[in-house]
Amino acid sequence: MTETSRSLARIGGRLRFTAPFARRLLDTASTSVDEWLTTKLGEEFSARLSRVPLNLTKTGVDPFGMDPQWAKYALASIAFLHRHYFRTEVSGTENIPAGRVLLIANHSGQIPIDGALIGASLFMDVEPPRIMRAMVEKWTQTLPFVSLFFSRVGQVVGVPENAKHLLMNEEALLVFPEGVRGISKPFSKRYQLADFGLGFMRLAIETGTPIVPIAVIGGEEQYISVGNFDALAKLLHAPVVPILPQLLLPFGALPLPTRYRIAFGEPMRFGGDPDDDDAIIEEKVFLVRATVQSMLNRGLKTRKSIFF
Amino acid sequence: MTSQLPMMETGRFRSEPPVGSQRPEVRPRGQGAVLVTGACGRLGKHLVRVLHRERSVVGVDRRPFPDKPKDVRHEQVDIRRKKLKDIFRSEPIEAVVHLGIMHDPRASQAEHHSWNVAGFQKLLEYVAQFDVPKLVVLSSANVYGPQPDNAQFLTEDAPLLGGARFGDIRDLIEVDMLAQGFFWKHPGTETVILRPVHILGSVHNAASNFLRLPTIPTLMGFDPMVQVVNEADVVRALGCALAPSKRGIYNIGGPEPLPLSRAIKILERPSLPVPYSLGKAVLKRLWSFRLTTFPAPELDHIRYVCMVDDSRARNELGYRSEVPIEETLRSVDIPA
Repeated sequence: MTETSRSLARIGGRLRFTAPFARRLLDTASTSVDEWLTTKLGEEFSARLSRVPLNLTKTGVDPFGMDPQWAKYALASIAFLHRHYFRTEVSGTENIPAGRVLLIANHSGQIPIDGALIGASLFMDVEPPRIMRAMVEKWTQTLPFVSLFFSRVGQVVGVPENAKHLLMNEEALLVFPEGVRGISKPFSKRYQLADFGLGFMRLAIETGTPIVPIAVIGGEEQYISVGNFDALAKLLHAPVVPILPQLLLPFGALPLPTRYRIAFGEPMRFGGDPDDDDAIIEEKVFLVRATVQSMLNRGLKTRKSIFF
Repeated sequence: MTSQLPMMETGRFRSEPPVGSQRPEVRPRGQGAVLVTGACGRLGKHLVRVLHRERSVVGVDRRPFPDKPKDVRHEQVDIRRKKLKDIFRSEPIEAVVHLGIMHDPRASQAEHHSWNVAGFQKLLEYVAQFDVPKLVVLSSANVYGPQPDNAQFLTEDAPLLGGARFGDIRDLIEVDMLAQGFFWKHPGTETVILRPVHILGSVHNAASNFLRLPTIPTLMGFDPMVQVVNEADVVRALGCALAPSKRGIYNIGGPEPLPLSRAIKILERPSLPVPYSLGKAVLKRLWSFRLTTFPAPELDHIRYVCMVDDSRARNELGYRSEVPIEETLRSVDIPA
């Protein structure tokens, strides 16, 4: 015991010797990143950050482990994509109510860029700026760095208790009721909503949370999927393995720079018993699904070009 | 007439629980003593020193209690022995506080089981037999266990999965379960189960020992949120639980939660991030050579979240943690 701790202390001592140098390097790096942020995203970015309503404890993080210092850089990089790569057009931001809100969106695009961009528009375009919370898969918690990153930027483990807790804290929570079925749609099924799960509706009724339907257009064209490789997915224990021909091209791993259009619909409120039969809950879910689908159809009709 | 009722009800091993309001007062409150098991542990001593100012206290421990307060009666008894019954017989016991749980990772499973489970069963038997009106059991939030799919704040209804990845704490879960069973079977005794988060202070538990290391190893890429509570706050919670008409299971949280890295920063100790697989392998080796007191499965505590929602204790017990986070953390360095 003492043996090990002594040797650990020796290593620690050596670390302490190099630490000031590393810290100075890190400081320089973060100042230059900060400067770059201001030039790229405007002074407004830091001003917005200071206006976000946060529920921080004395230790500088929120009870779910979100650290505004980390969230700042994550938001900045997403905001950069939002403004300069996908050039997102956002409409209906006045529909976001002030307190707790459940954001229900269509899911698309093989990797969840749509979630990140909704988060960015909630921060960059909505008044007052909000930090969106989303739920992540449970197994991500077993991955080093990934689990740390998700927790620091405000993403929580996807269990119902956490969702309820966040809404009770008046947070904005994003849910994709289509789940994996939605994000891995092949190109032929683009903008056709898959089945919605019922959990979000029970949650909304139980916590008295308004639902804001969101239509995201542009995600389906960022990666053209011709189908799913089911056998390989089974072998890898992955939910899906999409077949993406564009990966063979140079820089094909990057999503195509389609123009995203995010429309926030009017908030919908539902009452009743959260523990009703599936059939009764389903009727309410259909209403939300139909709203998102019609918002999508309307958006697609007015869209002139995929890229501009 | 009413004075007759108690006599009828105080049968030995009452199998039929008395109906709520009809339950007779066995003896007027404030007259009996509080029996504290494990009174010579660091936490036990702390509790006894606070408690003896207001109530008469009987300490039970197989270890001696050399610097005990003068008005405290100490019985150097192994709780598995028959002699424990004599204590119940000799003096009216108004409440039992069970702290006497062994958690020495080096002791054998059989020893753990016999001490923690069989000993506790004996104690429960006497509590039932002598109609003790109050039983407070100190369990731990570790019974929930750190899991990747834990809710951020576990409520008292969450399943006790602590043994799933770390078999050595199954007897602690069993103690918690036994106490829960007792709660339902003997409504005449107000049973309170407290599940505090990692207790810090002069105590010698895994969490305090970990934070006492000169260089604190962490797992690379993992920095879970942790909750800690000072031993003084736990003593306060035990005091709240001893108040009349309190019963049930309560999570006991401390000051606000914080990431492990921030806790280490407050302690101003260097930390050493180690990849999980390497850390686990090294710890296993060190454990087998008896160079460490941390079994490898305990690494999960610095990998996954195991935090509790203590709102029930705040609302129903009136418990508030009073020691601020910095002081709570630094208390591990203060010699007892």
